[in-house]
Amino acid sequence: MKAYQRKLDIRNGCVDLSHGSGGRAMAQLISGLFHEAFGNEWLARGNDQSAFDVGAGRMVMTTDGYVVSPLFFPGGNIGSLAVHGTVNDIAMAGARPLYLSASFIIEEGFRFADLKMIAESMGEAARTAGVHIVTGDTKVVERGKADGLFISTAGVGVVPHGLDLSAENARVGDRVLISGTLGDHGVAIMSKRQNLAFETEIVSDSAALNDLVAKMVEAGGRGIRLMRDPTRGGLAATLNEIALQSDLGFHLREEAIPVKPGVAAACELLGLDPLHVANEGKLVAILAPENTAAVLAAMRAHPLGRDAADIGEAVADDHHFVQMATSFGGGRIVDWLSGEQLPRIC
Amino acid sequence: MKYADEFRDKEIALGLAKAIRAEADPQKLYRFMEFCGGHTHAISRYGLEDMLPKNVRMIHGPGCPVCVLPAGRIDMAIRLAERPDVILCVYGDLMRVPGSQGASLLKAKARGADIRMVYSTIDAIRIAQDNAGREVVFFAIGFETTTPPTAVMIRLAQKKQLENVTVFCNHVLTPPAMQNILESPDIRNIGRIEIDGFVGPAHVSTIIGTAPYEFFAEEFGKPVVIAGFEPLDMMQAILMLVRQVNEDRHEVENQYSRAVNRDGNLRAKEEVSDIFELRDQFEWRGLGQVPYSGLKLKRAYAIYDAELRCDMHELRVDDNPACECGAILRGVKKPVDCKLFGTVCTPETPMGSCMVSSEGGCAAHWTYGRFRDHQQRRVS
Ligand code: SF4
Repeated sequence: MKAYQRKLDIRNGCVDLSHGSGGRAMAQLISGLFHEAFGNEWLARGNDQSAFDVGAGRMVMTTDGYVVSPLFFPGGNIGSLAVHGTVNDIAMAGARPLYLSASFIIEEGFRFADLKMIAESMGEAARTAGVHIVTGDTKVVERGKADGLFISTAGVGVVPHGLDLSAENARVGDRVLISGTLGDHGVAIMSKRQNLAFETEIVSDSAALNDLVAKMVEAGGRGIRLMRDPTRGGLAATLNEIALQSDLGFHLREEAIPVKPGVAAACELLGLDPLHVANEGKLVAILAPENTAAVLAAMRAHPLGRDAADIGEAVADDHHFVQMATSFGGGRIVDWLSGEQLPRIC
Repeated sequence: MKYADEFRDKEIALGLAKAIRAEADPQKLYRFMEFCGGHTHAISRYGLEDMLPKNVRMIHGPGCPVCVLPAGRIDMAIRLAERPDVILCVYGDLMRVPGSQGASLLKAKARGADIRMVYSTIDAIRIAQDNAGREVVFFAIGFETTTPPTAVMIRLAQKKQLENVTVFCNHVLTPPAMQNILESPDIRNIGRIEIDGFVGPAHVSTIIGTAPYEFFAEEFGKPVVIAGFEPLDMMQAILMLVRQVNEDRHEVENQYSRAVNRDGNLRAKEEVSDIFELRDQFEWRGLGQVPYSGLKLKRAYAIYDAELRCDMHELRVDDNPACECGAILRGVKKPVDCKLFGTVCTPETPMGSCMVSSEGGCAAHWTYGRFRDHQQRRVS
């Protein structure tokens, strides 16, 4: 490889404007830090793009930006999150994710040591999910113009012919399954925010769901109408979206919805509803009633679906309400979150 | 969490609901006002309305500090925050409260005003320490419960000899507002609401005790039950009110004895009365001017009073004339009676204050309960 004038001082050094300038320093950063962490044959070629084969089927493509604060949180960091998020968006189509791109916007002064940790956990997350990060980009902006680090990832995958999971597919009578406990990611993040730091052992659920999805598709096949990962806006936003797109409503049973006691307690304290809190390793599946038992069993047999539950059903409703029988015996709507999620004062 | 679970037991709830149905006389109407927004929220969130017989009706009172803050006070805060030397610290749920002409703190922040969301008064102290040379103003709002933390903040500023921190005081008191509602005569265009009893706020009573409510029981002949915010607390309080009405009693009863006593928290009360004094008048959104219902800093603490130190001028603005907040806060009308409900006025685009905080009557109904309007229409 090329010789560089100075060696990256990973332990004590930090990113400066030269690392985004297109010169030698940038080349050194990319090869010494990112290639090292992502290591694969496509990157090693050093082109501005990557050529790869895709198998038979329809291509799926998605992109997402990650601006999480804090960058490191219990159970992950912005890097692993960026890989999981994009892998999951592809997987929700029932597709096998194949290749990712990663673009970094780094604030001047960002520590190499942190960047290395983030890149390494991206590499690790990609390997675990069975995808390759094959192209990328690095920009450095002046101090104060980015909150440390922003990452954008895009990804492609392939969905087998004949499988068509889509939001408008839900039908009246379909069951609603959820793969596990709700709100873990959002509460893990909030527990580490300045001002808000509170004691909890909750770790983010950030995880790649493609393997779980593959098992579900195997068990449920065409009976699965659609899947979605309830990230920002939580389960509430996801089901309200689907209700609109499929022109129906939902009836949920609060008792059936899994929430960890620690998450419920933290939400109580902050005046939040766990159904509005973000998840990064959970999925919602809407499926035909006759396939429910088999898919639920397949989910529960998978480590990422151990707490999977059947939480309700799709109903005819012109108003597209998501209604819920409270565990207390009454009824209520589960609405979109309005505005930002802000804790109540009293 | 174990603690809360005990107060959400479904079996006990169903038992209480059954008892209420059995004891409520079908010939009678029971109209109970829950004064506090926390109760309004609990009723909606747990769907308690579904568990009560039709003749037991809950009326959502004005007890949400965000909802009763008049638009003029928001305008005053925005004006202040726009000054380059000022950092305004506010609780998050104030950010979206509409001032005049659609202004809000959130919009002012987007335009560049230095407004910081804080979670406690201590955050404001920290910000003041980090920003010597700038004026840090804490936008204090809330009932008796949130006043002691503001007092603590002033004590702390004193101890640390901080000279750049002040309080924009909007603290209000519960009993004068209850009295105002009970004494208000037939209001033209609004009418008068009959109230058969009150569910009294628990958090407020942990500070002031139950004694201040004895006046209502005695003078107005209205039963008051102080209740906690768990759904079972509410159900039990409603049953206690039904019993008082049936037995023609009007007393102050304490459902929340696990945290509330007759006298309240003496130290907190002392601290508050040392630092604050009554204003002659304070404007409540929906209720208008209510005598002796608001607090301001005493003379001795004038250097911490933003209204004096920052030379703020009282602003008065009228609410949107189509907004029925006034009638809703008094319990005379329901959210669906307002033409703006759900059309132009939603939690994303609140026109009136009742739609802003999740504890406001309109927002609670929109967020959790509006499916009932459609059910009712279908039935009728
Ligand atoms: S719906 Fe909006 S405008 Fe109408 S009373 Fe409620 S808050 Fe006011």
